[in-house]
Amino acid sequence: MGKKISILIVDDEESVRDSLYNWFIEDGYRVEVAENANRALSMLESDSFDIILADIKMPGMDGLEMLRRIKILKSESIVIVMTAFATVDTAVQALKDGAFDYVTKPFDPDDLSHLIRNASKQISLSDENETLRTKVLTLENVEDLIGKSEPMKRVLRDIENVAQSSSSVVITGESGTGKELVARAIHSNSSRKFFPLVSVHCGALTESLLESELFGHEKGAFTGAMYNRKGRFEMADNGTIFLDEIATISMKMQIDLLRVLETKKFTRVGGNKEISSDFRVICATNRDLKSMVEKAAFREDLFYRLNVVNIFVPPLRERIEDIPLLVDYFIKKYCLSMNKPPLTIDSSALKRLEEFNFPGNVRELENMIERAIVVGNGKKIALKDLPLEKTIISSTIESLDDLEKSHIFQILNKYSWNISRAAKALKVDRVTLYNKISKYGLKPKE
Amino acid sequence: MDLKNITLISFGYFEEGFLEKVAGTINHELLYPVIIKEGHIDITEFYDPGRRQYNGNKLLKEVDELYASDSNKTIGLFNVDLFIPILTYIFGQAFLSGRSGIASLYRLGNERYGMDSDERLVVERFKKEVIHELGHTMGLIHCHIPNCVMRSSTYVEDIDLKTASLCSKCRSEINTNRLS
Repeated sequence: MGKKISILIVDDEESVRDSLYNWFIEDGYRVEVAENANRALSMLESDSFDIILADIKMPGMDGLEMLRRIKILKSESIVIVMTAFATVDTAVQALKDGAFDYVTKPFDPDDLSHLIRNASKQISLSDENETLRTKVLTLENVEDLIGKSEPMKRVLRDIENVAQSSSSVVITGESGTGKELVARAIHSNSSRKFFPLVSVHCGALTESLLESELFGHEKGAFTGAMYNRKGRFEMADNGTIFLDEIATISMKMQIDLLRVLETKKFTRVGGNKEISSDFRVICATNRDLKSMVEKAAFREDLFYRLNVVNIFVPPLRERIEDIPLLVDYFIKKYCLSMNKPPLTIDSSALKRLEEFNFPGNVRELENMIERAIVVGNGKKIALKDLPLEKTIISSTIESLDDLEKSHIFQILNKYSWNISRAAKALKVDRVTLYNKISKYGLKPKE
Repeated sequence: MDLKNITLISFGYFEEGFLEKVAGTINHELLYPVIIKEGHIDITEFYDPGRRQYNGNKLLKEVDELYASDSNKTIGLFNVDLFIPILTYIFGQAFLSGRSGIASLYRLGNERYGMDSDERLVVERFKKEVIHELGHTMGLIHCHIPNCVMRSSTYVEDIDLKTASLCSKCRSEINTNRLS
């Protein structure tokens, strides 16, 4: 037994009080007794008890009245009522008034043990829930959401407020601001966290593929459907589904999605069996859904169904004070993953980063730092390691692969495609450089 | 005051040699000399005609007042159906960290539950019940270790699941209580 459970026995019969007192003391509980309801209520004002075992029939205030008062005073108390004269009416009334159980005296020793064990289990569950609630207040798994600026604090507060509910959430913000991280943080801090978070990038799929992705398909539903396949809604049962780039889905898909959100039921493509799934939906978009609704490009009913809570993730230029923290975080992250000693950043380079517009937001900053670690001299990130002047790169290139491809191509051209010299400049061996050339399909004439 | 011995006082009829077997196991388990005595109480005074059982609370008080002493742990042994007001029956009870307890053989026989009589099993059950009540008088509360004799037993098959011995935790607690 962890915490010592306390029991208050309320009965006007001394022999009953003594019997129960001795029984529970031998079981290791903290036990107090009261001879009537008024005494019990005054004890409850100065002390708290986990379980109150009370007789119904007592002179003065009866057990049912006492039960009602206890529930007003301390609603979390577990009250078990006892009577020697059981009637269905009193039992129903006691349970309606919040009694945990109702027992007829005398009871079997085994029944008494079961009763108290059940009540104790309930207490430990409540304690566990309380612990969980406290834990959630200090958000978990938000390490990637870096920032101490006011806009970021607001985002974290929003996550905290919304995580425990099951409401649909729309996360808005420019590309690269970290909308998916916000979705992950909501899921990780919700009661669904032990179940999957299933992500779907709606913009990357054609309508028919998206339909099959979301709803699944039966074998033979279309050419190439060789096996039954579970859809993302099915996979997200008890968990969360994250629909990224929700603004890109077709009008037909909007209708299908609305139906699923309303009923939480659907059929697989090519199937006729209705499937139920209990999922929470979180969407993200960099578009203004409201103006899309006004232009009839997005269904109004679906918008209101999805947009129960809106979380706006600010662009990086609106939280410049977070840039040093982000830079530090990404340097540590990539030095660790590349097995390099931790680097620092030159103050002039950091200053320029703080002045930069970052159209690609945090993702762009992350890519810049990763690239600087790859191409830098291995000691300090300098201004020359950052492609801040080449704004054209930052606006057209988003992925690290594109950056790497572009950089390798420039170096190869610089050294007239002399592989040894280019490899030396890139600080990689010749085999690695050949592999990269092959991977990106680079050619001298390009 | 130092505990000198354990006294078993029989109130009623027990087969010849039965209590000696019980005493032997108690001595082996608790390492105190065990004295067997015969007691005389008019138990009809403790009979509740409404329940057709004997009031365990009153009997315990009587044993404590008439037979217990500070240098002994005394257990009154009965062969009648015991109850306490809130429960339909009890196998026995004791004052926690007190001088005395009671135990009854009445509900320990298989034949009471429609099964073949088993004298050996009855002796084993009774030994466990008496040691259990003695444990309470020595300050032990119910133990959660399945085979410890201090585990609570609310029906007869429960008693068969535990041994007549104390677990190491309960034993060390008794030793601590003994020294304090």
